[in-house]
Amino acid sequence: MGGRRARRRAANGRQPNLPPPSPPPRALPAHFRLCARSTSGAEPESARARGAGAERGERREGESAAAGMGEFKVHRVRFFNYVPSGIRCVAYNNQSNRLAVSRTDGTVEVYNLSANYFQEKFFPGHESRATEALCWAEGQRLFSAGLNGEIMEYDLQALNIKYAVDAFGGPIWSMAASPSGSQLLVGCEDGSVKLFQITPDKIQFERNFDRQKSRILSLSWHPSGTHIAAGSIDYISVFDVKSGSAVHKMIVDRQYMGVSKRKCIVWGVAFLSDGTVISVDSAGKVQFWDSATGTLVKSHLIANADVQSIAVAEQEDSFVVGTAEGTVFHFQLVPVTSNSSEKQWVRTKPFQHHTHDVRTVAHSPTALISGGTDTHLVIRPLMEKVEVKNYDAALRKITFPHRRLISCSKKRQLLLFQFAHHLELWRLGSTVATGKNGDTLPLSKNADHLLHLKTKGPENIICSCISPCGSWIAYSTVSRFFLYRLNYEHDNISLKRVSKMPPFLRSALQILFSEDSTKLFVASNQGALHIVQLSGGSFKHLHAFQPQSGTVEAMCLLAVSSDGNWLAASGTSAGVHVYNVKQLKLHCTVPAYNFPVTAMAIAPNTNNLVIAHSDQQVFEYSIPDKQYTDWSRTVQKQGFHHLWLQRDTPITHISFHPKRPMHILLHDAYMFCIIDKSLPLPNDKTLLYNPFPPTNESDVVRRRTAHAFKISKIYKPLLFMDLLDERTLVAVERPLDDIIAQLPPPIKKKKFGT
Amino acid sequence: MVDEETIRVVRCGGSELNFRRAVFSADSKYIFCVSGDFVKVYSTVTEECVHILHGHRNLVTGIQLNPNNHLQLYSCSLDGTIKLWDYIDGILIKTFIVGCKLHALFTVAQAEDSVFAIVNKEKPDIFQLVSVKLPKSSSQEVEAKELSFVLDYINQSPKCIAFGNEGVYVAAVREFYLSVYFFKKKTTSRFTLSSSRNKKHAKNNFTCVACHPTEDCIASGHMDGKIRLWRNFYDDKKYTYTCLHWHHDMVMDLAFSVTGTSLLSGGCESVLVEWRDATEKNKEFLPRLGATIEHISVSPAGDLFCTSHSDNKIIIIHRNLEASAVIQGLVKDRSIFTGLMIDPRTKALVLNGKPGHLQFYSLQSDKQLYNLDIIQQEYINDYGLIQIELTKAAFGCFGNWLATVEQRQEKETELELQMKLWMYNKKTQGFILNTKINMPHEDCITALCFCNAEKSEQPTLVTASKDGYFKVWILTDDSDIYKKAVGWTCDFVGSYHKYQATNCCFSEDGSLLAVSFEEIVTIWDSVTWELKCTFCQRAGKIRHLCFGRLTCSKYLLGATENGILCCWNLLSCALEWNAKLNVRVMEPDPNSENIAAISQSSVGSDLFVFKPSEPRPLYIQKGISREEVQWGVFVPRDVPESFTSEAYQWLNRSQFYFLTKSQVTAPLKKAEESLPTTPFYFILGKHRQHQDEKLNETLENELVQLPLTENIPAVSELLHTPAHVLPSAAFLCSMFVNSLLLSKETKSAKEIPEDVDMEEEKESEDSDEENDFIEKVQDTNNTGLGEDIIHQLSKSEEKELRKFRKIDYSWIAAL
Repeated sequence: MGGRRARRRAANGRQPNLPPPSPPPRALPAHFRLCARSTSGAEPESARARGAGAERGERREGESAAAGMGEFKVHRVRFFNYVPSGIRCVAYNNQSNRLAVSRTDGTVEVYNLSANYFQEKFFPGHESRATEALCWAEGQRLFSAGLNGEIMEYDLQALNIKYAVDAFGGPIWSMAASPSGSQLLVGCEDGSVKLFQITPDKIQFERNFDRQKSRILSLSWHPSGTHIAAGSIDYISVFDVKSGSAVHKMIVDRQYMGVSKRKCIVWGVAFLSDGTVISVDSAGKVQFWDSATGTLVKSHLIANADVQSIAVAEQEDSFVVGTAEGTVFHFQLVPVTSNSSEKQWVRTKPFQHHTHDVRTVAHSPTALISGGTDTHLVIRPLMEKVEVKNYDAALRKITFPHRRLISCSKKRQLLLFQFAHHLELWRLGSTVATGKNGDTLPLSKNADHLLHLKTKGPENIICSCISPCGSWIAYSTVSRFFLYRLNYEHDNISLKRVSKMPPFLRSALQILFSEDSTKLFVASNQGALHIVQLSGGSFKHLHAFQPQSGTVEAMCLLAVSSDGNWLAASGTSAGVHVYNVKQLKLHCTVPAYNFPVTAMAIAPNTNNLVIAHSDQQVFEYSIPDKQYTDWSRTVQKQGFHHLWLQRDTPITHISFHPKRPMHILLHDAYMFCIIDKSLPLPNDKTLLYNPFPPTNESDVVRRRTAHAFKISKIYKPLLFMDLLDERTLVAVERPLDDIIAQLPPPIKKKKFGT
Repeated sequence: MVDEETIRVVRCGGSELNFRRAVFSADSKYIFCVSGDFVKVYSTVTEECVHILHGHRNLVTGIQLNPNNHLQLYSCSLDGTIKLWDYIDGILIKTFIVGCKLHALFTVAQAEDSVFAIVNKEKPDIFQLVSVKLPKSSSQEVEAKELSFVLDYINQSPKCIAFGNEGVYVAAVREFYLSVYFFKKKTTSRFTLSSSRNKKHAKNNFTCVACHPTEDCIASGHMDGKIRLWRNFYDDKKYTYTCLHWHHDMVMDLAFSVTGTSLLSGGCESVLVEWRDATEKNKEFLPRLGATIEHISVSPAGDLFCTSHSDNKIIIIHRNLEASAVIQGLVKDRSIFTGLMIDPRTKALVLNGKPGHLQFYSLQSDKQLYNLDIIQQEYINDYGLIQIELTKAAFGCFGNWLATVEQRQEKETELELQMKLWMYNKKTQGFILNTKINMPHEDCITALCFCNAEKSEQPTLVTASKDGYFKVWILTDDSDIYKKAVGWTCDFVGSYHKYQATNCCFSEDGSLLAVSFEEIVTIWDSVTWELKCTFCQRAGKIRHLCFGRLTCSKYLLGATENGILCCWNLLSCALEWNAKLNVRVMEPDPNSENIAAISQSSVGSDLFVFKPSEPRPLYIQKGISREEVQWGVFVPRDVPESFTSEAYQWLNRSQFYFLTKSQVTAPLKKAEESLPTTPFYFILGKHRQHQDEKLNETLENELVQLPLTENIPAVSELLHTPAHVLPSAAFLCSMFVNSLLLSKETKSAKEIPEDVDMEEEKESEDSDEENDFIEKVQDTNNTGLGEDIIHQLSKSEEKELRKFRKIDYSWIAAL
C-alpha cells in the first residue's frame, strides 16, 4: 500500500484461546410495564367505541392495569460486544435491483432493494480472503477478487462459492466487468491488467495488457468497450482493448494543498462515453481528463484527505465520490444556461452520513449508496428521481445484519452470542429486589461469562444455536459442522464435542433445536433439511428432507412447533414449506409471497405459523387447517397501519406468550411489539405508537382507544428480545456509540478548518 | 441672502452612505451612492464628492445606470418619482412620476424602455416587483403610470431580488423561499428550504441573492452563513444546489464578478471572501475591513469592487483584493453616549464613532477627519456580548485636553470604569494618552466638565457620579524630577447628603461650580471648594444644568425631569423664573448669551432659543423634527451671517446642529414672520404675567402656573424647601426681603443682592456700558470682524476686558 491508510482489520477472534476475561456485567433487570392488555378487555362494546376513539385521534392508548398482566421484568443486556466489520465494496445490479456488499472480513451480503432493502443472502467471510473488488457480470453473476490473488464467483442459489481462479498477478486490487458483461478485467499488484472471458460456468484467462510499473488500483471500461482507464500510483493509463497497449499515460499532480506528497494514489477512475475520464485520488482531488488528448480538463479539490471511491450513474448525468473524511459528494451535469446545449459538471450536495472513510460508493438510478469503515450501509435516495415523496424517499442506514446472532436457553437463562470467529455463552444475572414500573433493580447475582468458544480455521461462523435446555451448542462454518454437549456441575461447565459428524452435515445455513432439545434440525446449503435425534450424549441421523426436484434453493429460516410435530422452513424466495416431523413428510406449502420472509414462528397450542415479510406484512397460517387464519384474513382485508408499513428494519424475531395465546411478540432493531389479536386493528387515523398511557384515564376511554399493536421503543438498537418465562423478558441491545468506540479513530477534522 | 431670510431645518449630513448598494459608472471613474434625499457622486480615485444630485423630496431608495446610455443615471425615491440624471454635469434630465412609493430600482438592458421597481400598493407589508414603462417624451416631467406586475410578496430589500442571464429570469428570496420568474415562459418556480421549526436548520432563512452573469446559476445567502448555488432551477424537481460555508454569521450580501468566475460574499466578520470558480477550497480573503459588510457591488468594467459597511463607509477595492479608496461618512451605527461636542481646534464635530472610538467629523465637508481610538482593545463582534462603551467625553483648555470615560457593566454589581485624559500633542497633531484612572468613582459617571476659564492657571476637571460624590481632578507636576511629566490627580471630593450627583458645570469664569444632586443644585467655590449655596425647586431631578454666559453669567439654568425649566439668579440666590417645558436638550451658545432648548412632545420636537436674562424667547420653532432629538450643539460659524431680523440674530455667529435618531441637522435662515404668541412666551414671562392674565387664563390647562400664590419665589422656596437644605436664616431673610421688593420693581435683572461687594455695585454702570459694547460688536459683525469671546463676570476679568476693549476699538478704527 502506497497510501497513508493502512488496512484495518477487525480484531475479532484474534485473542489467544485462554479463559476469557469476564467483562463487567451490565444486565439491568427492571420492571417494565408493556402495553399489553388482558384478553378479557375485548368486550363487545369496544368495537363500537373504537370509531369514536378514532375520531378523537389525540387520545392515548388505554391499558388495563387492573390485571397487572402487562408487567415484565426485563433483563437489559448490553454485554454483547458485537462489532460489524467495515464495508469494503458495494456493487449495484440494475437488472435485479440488488446490491452486493463485501466487508473487510470477506463476508459478502446481497441486499434486495426492491424488498425493502432486506439482506437476502450472505456468504460468510474467511480470514485470508480480503475482498478488494466486487462486480456483477453477465446478468446476475457475482464475482469478487481480493488480496489473495483469486477471482471468485458466488452461487446465489446455493449460497456458496462456486469456484476460485488464481489470476497469478499477486493481490488483486481492482476488477471491472465489460459493458457487455462477457469479459472481466482485473488489476493486480504487479502492474498487470488481465482480461478474462466469462464462460457460462467458469471464467477463462484471455490475455494480459501492457504491464505497468506499479499496482493497478482502479479500472473502468469505456461504455463502448473499446478502451479502458486504469488508475495506478501517480498516473492513469488508457488502454486500447484490441491491442492491449497503453494509449495515454496521464500523470496526476502530487501537490496537495501546496505541499508535495510522496505519492498520489488514483483510488478510482470512471470512463464516460464522451471520452472523459474522471479520477479521484489521495490528494483529495476529483479530476476530469480528456482521454483523446491525455490532458487535464478540470480539477475539483474537495477534501483534505483521500477521495477513495467514485460511481457514475448509468445515464452519465451524475456521479458520486466518497472521501476519507466520511463525506460523500454528489456531482451533476447541468446545462450552463437553459437554452444552450452546453453542459458542465457541478459539485452539488455534500452528504455527511459517515464518521469514517467512505471506502466505496454506488449509484443506483434513484439513490446514492455508500459504505465504509464505520460499518454503515447508507442508501440516500435522490429526491429529484423519486416520483412520490413517501417513506421510500427517506434515508436508510443499515448497520446490523438482518439475521439472528443470538440464541437463548430459556430453561437455564443462558444467552449464546455469535461472533465472526467465536461464540460466547453468558448466564444472565438475577435479582431478588422488586420495584415499581420503570425502576432499575440492583443485581444480586451478576451475569456470568461461562464460555468462550473459538473456531478452528479461518472461516467465519455462519450460524449457531443453543438448545432450550442449555446442554447442546451447535454451530457451523462453511466447511465444518460442530456440535457440543455441555455439562453443568454446580458452577463448572464441561464441554465435549460430539465427534464423527456425518459427511452430509458439513455446512449448515440454519440450526434449530426442538423445544424439548431432543431433536436437531439443520438446513444444509444443498437445500436439504436434516433431522437429528439427540439423546444423552449420542447422536443419530433420523431423516433428510431433500429439496424439491430441480431447485437448489437454500433454506435460511427454520421454525419448529413447541410440540415438535411441525417444522417450517423458508428459502430466499419461494414459499414456506411445512413438514410433519412425526410422519417425516411435507405437510403443505404456504403460498409464495412477493417479499422474502424475515422471521417466522409456530404458536404453541394452535400451531399457527406466524410469518413476517420484509414489507412488514405479518401472516398467520394455520398448519392443521392448511389455510390462513381468520385473523390473518381480517388483517389483510383492513391492511396495516401506514406507519407500520413504513418501518424500515425487518422483523427479526417472533415469539409467543405461553399463557396468552392471543399475543404475538415480535421485534425489529428499533421497537418491540405485542400484537393482541383480540383487540381491533388500528386504522390510519389512530395513533400507532402508544407511549405509556396516562393512568388516570378511565377504563372506558382506554378501551375506546385501545388497538392491537402495543409498541415499545425503549430498547434500541435491539438485536434480540425474547420471553424467558411469563414474567421475564430478555432484551439484547447494542448501542451504536459502543461500536464506534471500538472502530479505528476517524480523521480528525476541525469544524472551522483552522 | 438677506432678502429671503428663512430658517429651516436642513439635513446637512451624516446620512447613510450604506443604505443601498453603491453603483459604479461604466468607466469605473465614479461611484454613486444614495444619501438621504440626494445621490452623491464620488470619484473612485480621489474619494472626493464630485456632485450631489439634489431633486428628490424624500429618501432616495435606488439608483441604476441607464443601460442604454452609460452617462445617465436613474434614481428612484419614496416620493414616487424616477429621475434621470446626467451625472457628469450633475443635471436632472427627466422626472418620471410614478405616483406610489418606490423602494428599489432595477434596470435590465434587454427591457428597452422599462425599469423594474419594488412598490407597495395596498397593505403596508406586502411588496411587489413591478415593471414600469417609461414613456418617451420630450417634456421634463412625464407621467409613468403604466405598471405591470411581475412578482408579489417579495422582500422589501433590493438585495433579495436579482435579475439573471440577461434578464431572462428574476430571482426573489423571502424567508425560506426562492422564487424564480421566467419572463418568456411567464412561469414562476418556487423552492422552499426546510423551515426553522426544524432545529437542525434553525437559521437557514434567505438573506440575499445574486445571479451569475452568464450561466444559469443563482447564489443565495443565508442567516446561518451558508451560500447556496442553485442550478437547474427551471425544473421544479431536478433543481440542485451546492453549499459554500465559510461565514459564521449571516451572509449580508453577494455579488458575482463581471465574468462570473468568482463570487464575492461578506458579512459581519468584516472579511470580503472571494470564491473562485465557486468551489469551497478555492477562496481568497480581504480581512480587517473594519465593520460589517452590508453591500457589495462590482464595477461594470470589472476592475473594481466596492463594499459598503455598517459604519457608513464605502471601500473601493481593486480586482486583486487591495483596498484602494475609502469614503467615510459619519459613523452612526451605535447609540451616541458622548453627545455632540465641538473640537475647539478643528471645529470638528466629535462624538462616538466606531466601537471604542471617538470620531472627528467635519461638518463643512461632511467627511470624517479621523478616528481616535479610546478603548484600544480588540472589538469582538458577538451577539449578546457586553462591550466596553465610551460613555462620556469632554474637551478642556481650548482643546488641549480631552477626558473620556469608558465603562462596562455586565451585572448590577460588576462595574468596570476607566477615565482617560488625553493631551493634545502639537507635533503629532493628535491626542496622546496622559493619565489613565481606574475606577475614578464607585458608580457610573454621570457628567464631567472642564473648567474652561481663561485665567485658570491649573486645568481642572470635575466628574460627577451616581455614587454620590463629585471629584475635582487637577493637573499637577508628577514625581518626575525634571518637572516635565504631568498627570492628573484627585484634588477634592465633594458630596451632598449622599444624593447621587447628576450634573456638574462650571461658570464661565470658572469661579463657581454647580453640581446637581438629584433635585438639589449646589454651588461651590472653585478656589476653596466650599459650598456656597443650594437651590432646590422640588421639581424632579435635574436633567440639564448650565450657567448663563456673558451678560447673563449671573444666571444658572436647570431643566428637570418633571418638565420644569428653572432659572436662578446667582446674585440673589433666588429663582428668577421658571417655566413648564419638557427640555430634552439644552445647549448654551459659546459665542453669545443664547441658550437653545429642545422640548419633546408627542407631536415632535420644538426649539426654543432664549436668553436667561430675558423673559421672552428670542425664537421659537415648532416641529423641527418628528423624531426625538437626541443631542444638539452650537457650532461657531467661520464667516458670521448677518440677519437683520431680531429673531434670527442668534444664528449670526453660530449654527445650531442637532442629532435625531437618523440625521444631523441644522436650522438656517428664515423669512420674517410675525412671532406667534406661544405658551413659551407666557411661561417665560413671569414678570409680565399680570399684563397677560387673560391669555394666561385661556392657556391655563396646559400650563402650570409656577410662580406660586404671591408669585414670589423666595416665599415658595422658604415654604417648600426641606429644612435640611435651607441656607442660613440670615441668607434667607435678605432674599425674602428682596423678593418682596422685587414684586414692586419693573426691572429685576439689575437687582444686586446684599452679599455682593460694594465694588461690584460701583461697577454696575460699567456693566451697562459693556452691554452697549457687545451690541456694537454684534453690529460690526457685518463687516466680517473676527470675534473674541467676550467674557463678562469677575471684577479682575472685567478690568482686563476693559483694556481689551480699548485695543479692540483702536483696531476697528484702523479698519
